Amino acid sequence: MIRLFLSGDHPQSRVLAALLLVILVTLAFAPFLFPGTRSLETAARICIFIVLVASYDLLLGYAGIVSFAHTMFFGMGAYGVAIATQRMGTGYDALITGTVAGTALAAVFALGIALFSLRVRAIFFAMITLAIASAVGVLVSQLSGITGGEDGMNIRIPRELTPAFRPFDEPVMGLRITGRHLNYYLVFFSCLIMFLVLLRVVNSPFGRVLQAIRENAFRAEAIGYRVVYYRAMATVLSAAVAALAGAVFAIWLRYVGPATTLGVEIMLDILLIVVIGGMGTMYGAVIGTVVFVLAQNYLKDWMGGASDATSFLPLVPDLLNPDRWLMWLGILFILSVYFFPSGVVGRLRGKA
Amino acid sequence: MSDPILQLSGVKTDIAQYHILHGVDLTVPRGQVTMLLGRNGAGKTTTLRSIMGLWRPRAGSIHFDGTDIAGLAPPQIAQRGIGFVPEDMGIFADLTVEENLILAAISGPIRRDRLDWVFRAFPALSTFWKMPAGNLSGGQKQMLAIARAVIEKRGLYLIDEPSKGLAPAIVSTMARALKDLKSDGASILMVEQNFSLARALGDHAAVMDEGRIVWTGAMAELAADAALQERLMGLKMEVA
Repeated sequence: MIRLFLSGDHPQSRVLAALLLVILVTLAFAPFLFPGTRSLETAARICIFIVLVASYDLLLGYAGIVSFAHTMFFGMGAYGVAIATQRMGTGYDALITGTVAGTALAAVFALGIALFSLRVRAIFFAMITLAIASAVGVLVSQLSGITGGEDGMNIRIPRELTPAFRPFDEPVMGLRITGRHLNYYLVFFSCLIMFLVLLRVVNSPFGRVLQAIRENAFRAEAIGYRVVYYRAMATVLSAAVAALAGAVFAIWLRYVGPATTLGVEIMLDILLIVVIGGMGTMYGAVIGTVVFVLAQNYLKDWMGGASDATSFLPLVPDLLNPDRWLMWLGILFILSVYFFPSGVVGRLRGKA
Repeated sequence: MSDPILQLSGVKTDIAQYHILHGVDLTVPRGQVTMLLGRNGAGKTTTLRSIMGLWRPRAGSIHFDGTDIAGLAPPQIAQRGIGFVPEDMGIFADLTVEENLILAAISGPIRRDRLDWVFRAFPALSTFWKMPAGNLSGGQKQMLAIARAVIEKRGLYLIDEPSKGLAPAIVSTMARALKDLKSDGASILMVEQNFSLARALGDHAAVMDEGRIVWTGAMAELAADAALQERLMGLKMEVA
């Protein structure tokens, strides 16, 4: 059964298996284990970013394609939901229409970019995606009548998914369940399904061909595989999943803006997470995201505590000042690359 | 010469600004082994790569089983039934031995009898079946490269220097496997610098020099004539 769920891709390391199990159980019971709003926000962000990063890893780690347009596809899904709810109201039909439209647009866009530029050298493809993503970012900021411009758009979602909705009179396992928790489980289960689908894809014959192309495109062609077709399909699939993740993110956040979905910072975060977790391993997306999002959200707090605890020492409290959290995040990244050149998962699987 | 499976006429191939093939005319008979010999840089590998579509010929025709395949993309050529074993082996190091062979079986699942043949010819591959191909030794990688080409029955096998850089014991294993393939009626065009191996396997020989075929004939004839070898290739081999 587990083999079926994991598509035969076992963690291949007890430590990794234990870590993945802990993460799965923690995310599954996050509302009960950490009832605070901030914790729930962090848990939902982890779920969404796992899928977003895994979909990028399909492209980078499995197909060897460097793209800077991944957040553009993420944004298309999010804006799809926002625009649909603005035009159609707060119903589920608006959410579904927005999600489908955003995903379809992302897939069509990805196919266009792929067919237009995947025949050229990898570096040109990367540059083209960067240019298109920047252009779309500017366009979204300019078309304020449709996209809300720099201010973004608030999204009205069905009441059942908001904190105002209370399905039970009594607390369940000590927690007073609200629509926000239902929304969290919508995020959790949709992300779990998307992740398992991606795991299936990379462990399918299609995924094997992608890996072969990444290693030696000429050889794959000589065997009989159309490299452009496979690369284009990987780009489309990756974009579609990123758009779905964007739609889920928009429903969770109830807001969409250029900075939350299209920003260059998010693209950099994705790249950092892929490197930390390990390229070409779907589980790397899980480990990398958890490490990165936790560091991003709690490093300041941990540093504040550490700074107070070391206040009797010279220099140390100053170094651990919460304002320096970004510097420590950078150091964390450098150390992880130094000690885990093939990523945390690559190291745990004994690849480096 | 029996019915040809492959016929090259006036094939000219350029790599960047360099003219490598200056009009190659070559006939490969069906069900026999043709050795492509010549000095380093004569254009042997470029000829194989041109047939495979990896270098697109500028001029000339390449007829495989009666159809002109010059100008087709490599996947189309492979799907028509040409298996290629490149000089650098070209195995997929991150994939397991099993995955390498599954990938090579482009028309469907691997047939049991073909797999049995591969395991009989190269027992090491069954031992390291689940191991990443990158962990194999040089000889085992070459075995995998050949196994990948023969895992499905092809109309023609293009094999580029299978013995290059291998220990004598591995070359013997390779030779046995290729003889077995030959006795199965396979059509093979092989580039080989190891003359003993070429003599043991080849039915025909074609010698290249400066991007052209300069001599064709029976392998036995070339093997028996030291003066001819010296004139064509600049070195004397063992005379049979």
